[in-house]
Amino acid sequence: MVDIPYEGIAGIPPAEVPDVELYHPRSWWTRYVFSQDAKVIAVQYALTASAIGLVALVLSWLMRLQLGFPGTFSFIDANQYLQFITMHGMIMVIYLLTALFLGGFGNYLIPLMVGARDMVFPYVNMLSYWVYLLAVLVLASTFFVPGGPTGAGWTLYPPQAILSGTPGQDWGIILMMSSLILFIIGFTMGGLNYVVTVLQARTRGMTLMRLPLTVWGIFTATVMALLAFPALFVASVMLLLDRLLGTSFFMPSLVEMGTLSKYGGGSPLLFQHLFWFFGHPEVYIVALPAFGIVSDLISTHARKNIFGYRMMVWAIVAIGALSFIVWAHHMYVSGMFPQFGYFFATTTLIIAIPTAIKVYNWVLTLWRGDIHLRVPMLFALGFIITFVNGGLTGLFLGNVVVDVPLSDTMFVVAHFHMVMGVAPIMVVLGAIYHWYPKVTGRMLNDVLGKFHFWVTFLGAYLIFFPMHYLGLLGVPRRYFELGDAAFIPPSAHSLNAFISIVALTVGFSQMVFLFNLTWSLFKGEAAGGNPWRATTLEWQTPETPPGHGNWGKELPVVYRWAYDYSVPGAAEDFIPQNQPPRATRLVQGAAS
Amino acid sequence: MSAIILFLTVIALIAGWWLSQQRLTAKPWLEEGPAGDFPGGDAMTWPAAKIGLGVFLAVASALFVLFISAYSMRMNVVDWRALPVPRLLWLNTGVLVLSSVALQWSYMAARRDDADGVMVGLLAGGVAAVIFLAGQLLAWQQLNAAGYFVASNPANSFFYLLTAVHGLHLTGGLVALGRTSAKVWRGAGIADLRLSVELCTIYWHFLLLVWLVLLGLLTGWTDNFVDICRQLLS
Repeated sequence: MVDIPYEGIAGIPPAEVPDVELYHPRSWWTRYVFSQDAKVIAVQYALTASAIGLVALVLSWLMRLQLGFPGTFSFIDANQYLQFITMHGMIMVIYLLTALFLGGFGNYLIPLMVGARDMVFPYVNMLSYWVYLLAVLVLASTFFVPGGPTGAGWTLYPPQAILSGTPGQDWGIILMMSSLILFIIGFTMGGLNYVVTVLQARTRGMTLMRLPLTVWGIFTATVMALLAFPALFVASVMLLLDRLLGTSFFMPSLVEMGTLSKYGGGSPLLFQHLFWFFGHPEVYIVALPAFGIVSDLISTHARKNIFGYRMMVWAIVAIGALSFIVWAHHMYVSGMFPQFGYFFATTTLIIAIPTAIKVYNWVLTLWRGDIHLRVPMLFALGFIITFVNGGLTGLFLGNVVVDVPLSDTMFVVAHFHMVMGVAPIMVVLGAIYHWYPKVTGRMLNDVLGKFHFWVTFLGAYLIFFPMHYLGLLGVPRRYFELGDAAFIPPSAHSLNAFISIVALTVGFSQMVFLFNLTWSLFKGEAAGGNPWRATTLEWQTPETPPGHGNWGKELPVVYRWAYDYSVPGAAEDFIPQNQPPRATRLVQGAAS
Repeated sequence: MSAIILFLTVIALIAGWWLSQQRLTAKPWLEEGPAGDFPGGDAMTWPAAKIGLGVFLAVASALFVLFISAYSMRMNVVDWRALPVPRLLWLNTGVLVLSSVALQWSYMAARRDDADGVMVGLLAGGVAAVIFLAGQLLAWQQLNAAGYFVASNPANSFFYLLTAVHGLHLTGGLVALGRTSAKVWRGAGIADLRLSVELCTIYWHFLLLVWLVLLGLLTGWTDNFVDICRQLLS
């Protein structure tokens, strides 16, 4: 073994990727409002999504008040209850989680993590946000139109979604469909940016296999969303035409309010196919960015490289592909050809394999790591536990014979809240604690953060664990009140009251988080450029918060993968991606 | 849903082929050093706009294929009464083909650095596209006059819906075409224009292809084709 000088370094030009001409804002308006800077757009997305998400949170409190204490609150009637359910589900899945992960984290992290100055189409990116905002406003307006928002359930199944008797039949359903169509148009604009930026604007040295898993997760989820959202678009347009023009794409002939309706021959099952062709990939559109982000949180805060990086990448791609052929496991009781069910049960169980690989790899990354139990890490751990939990009940529901008795019970509600409600929210919160210092330059308060974590984590379990039990008893979901059914014991009612009290408590504890976000913005401890001593590029920017154009004069050059933590023999326990190899390198056998 | 599954298989094959070029089996933890040491996996060198158009075409194709999937599922219900396709559609198709040819001509002129040729091609293509759209509206009017209303039968509903979606895509294309023409008008350098003209041309050919597929569907040719394939297979 002999030291020989490594000559490759000096000759490498700093950036071979042609530098782009940046758009420069000229006024306060174009800097902070009609901004084309991905970082500002990201914050706009995140704030809008959180604001409408808070509305959905309040709706869940109202539902819990009714479920826990039926008959006590006279301001909630059966129609409103259905409207609350519908809006809560739709907002949380699409307008909060999808927008926050892809529009919020995607916009902020993709250009920084791949070493680009901005998204490749900044103007389209700006339009994407404004169309999204319009979609949110149209959605929110349904609370104020005559008849109120639609109460068709977030799946909006025809025929009931557009028939009289369903609340919001006048304006609610029309505006809901219009809002979804706008959302999809806006998302497509953003999605083109995320995909092309990852494909084309990576800095020199950033090969695909050096990308942080966060980018892999967001990238794959965006590709999926671009292919899956058209299905919702098609379903929305056709349902809108059924409602407005009286076509019969989905509407069968039926008697409405005692008279034969104008509809005939349509297929409600067709809507379900289209809806779930979007709806199931949607679960992974939310989950894959969460998978990616949590991988980076765990690796950074356990000071250890991610276990099985290649497997992680392959698993993300495999999950993305498989998630397109499982949709009908949402339709076992829809009346479709029953033997289809077994095909979809099989594919559903197969998707558990790459998912399990990811879970094992997270745990193995933690194994003998130098675990720092900081708030982002706590949330990451909370995610793993919650996700495993929700995933296991998914195996129950993925099997036709188990699903049939459990479908439309609280068991389903518990399952999907665990797996795609609480688990991704854990990641969102952990990610906010992790990247807030980069976005604002200040740390979030640690004590408040830990309080927030423990109340949220334990509370989520107190809320959703008992729901599994209620579901096994046969307590149905979506019911305004349970009445005097023989199979529902009195204890179920007290359990419901308990869940409601915890839900309200957890809900209010989020105000601590909001306070922390606001207070730390002004009074938080200064963070410095790289408070977590992380390797990825966004922590290596010359300024914090990163300035317009992200990097100084020259784009960074990447020399290594994103997980060089605790490398033996290195001076520090992390080596940033843009740090060149040592000027001398040990070369085995060079002497001989 | 077999149409969309087939389409996604094609997308998956393309994605799989691309990923196979990206050294996904590399062991990045062993590969310290500048990227040049390890071939493959660099960022794409195509212009961003071209990649963006490619991705957009995939999304738009998914949209049309999903409409076709819905069409093929809905048409099996007994109340389906196929509507007579207006003769005018054949004329419209011819005009759309001309529009595509004109843009191709414009693109070739751009490659020859012939600014006048580019302008003529763009204008001819744009005018032909507008005539096509007007022709489609006329076809709607003829159907309406003959009593084939949008809600009277699902076949009619799909006819109006599919032609409308295709027309809206073409209208969007006209906006891009207008902006490109404006650039030529202002006398932008031919090198700047080449990419814009190329992208418009690709989009036009794509919409022509979509229209031919839709026409096959609406006239019932696709059914016959699928039947023949079935017979061959069985």
